[in-house]
Amino acid sequence: MLPALTLLIVCQFAGEALTRAADLPLPGPVVGLVILLVYLIARRGPSEELKTTSSVLLRYLLLLFVPAGAGVVTQLDVLGANILPALIAVVISTALGLGVTAWTMQILTRKSDP
Amino acid sequence: MRPDFGHLWVYLQTTPLLGLGVTLIAYQTAMAINTRLRGHTLANPMLLSIGMIVALLLATRTPYAVYFQGAQYVQFLLGPATVALAVPMYANLGQIRRAAGALLPALLLGSLTAAGSAMLIAKLLGANRAVVLSLAPKSVTTPIAMGISEQIGGQPSLTAVFVLMTGIAAIVLYGPVMKLLRIESWAAKGLGAGTAGHGLATARVLLLNETAGAFGGVAIGLNGLVTAIIVPLLARLFFRM
Repeated sequence: MLPALTLLIVCQFAGEALTRAADLPLPGPVVGLVILLVYLIARRGPSEELKTTSSVLLRYLLLLFVPAGAGVVTQLDVLGANILPALIAVVISTALGLGVTAWTMQILTRKSDP
Repeated sequence: MRPDFGHLWVYLQTTPLLGLGVTLIAYQTAMAINTRLRGHTLANPMLLSIGMIVALLLATRTPYAVYFQGAQYVQFLLGPATVALAVPMYANLGQIRRAAGALLPALLLGSLTAAGSAMLIAKLLGANRAVVLSLAPKSVTTPIAMGISEQIGGQPSLTAVFVLMTGIAAIVLYGPVMKLLRIESWAAKGLGAGTAGHGLATARVLLLNETAGAFGGVAIGLNGLVTAIIVPLLARLFFRM
């Protein structure tokens, strides 16, 4: 557990350092994810230990969003004043995203293997 | 007895144990409710916990900063957990390679459509800047979405709420949209669900078909990366930053 957790934190740290150093418009942990992915490809797969540790962390993923999510308490007036535009934007853009992705994928798959 | 309770509350507010304890208890209560309701989408444990904590903070007039003093220890693990998403992504790598020719263009277009149309519609309807920016990463899995939101000057907590609303919208809209466009390929359906509706919609299609679930999983990770790259550019375009 400890070496795997250390690996995750080192990857995140490297990701944060890289985004600062190269001035990338990306969240540090996302770059850390890419670094770990490259490491896994080079190593041809995760160790059993990393598999276990990451599955434990990911099992509680929803819990980890709660503190920041509760921050909505400081945004209630903003949310209230904008709820209708936000709701319409969410519904229409989600329908468009679903349609465009699935339709493009289906068209291109048909072309590649008839 | 009231003044004594007041003293106690003042004392408790100074220790990080309050925020930490409240977060853990709220989450476990939410999990119990979720199980009781047989995992209903609307009984999302994150949404329920946030609701309980917001109600508690408002009722006791506790400032968010006081709560966060303890809650930050939970939040800290979000970074390593985001990095850990690489492990399930690696497991899907074979699938990504085999379908890359169709998958990558579809994902790129879908990702751009979902983020761009959300920002455009909200801006045209007069939403303020913070709301437009917080909406941009709403189709992405929550840890990445909150990171992107913070990066571009949105409100991560608003984004968390929008991400959840998007997942629910995707579950409701999935059937009608696929029927309207006559989508038959399970790979295409799964990719659409994962790109537009992240983990919530993917969990739903996984129940219908395994291939769809696998492509949904691929889409969650890739869409996170793609959106992290395109949303800062869109934000610059919309607000000339």
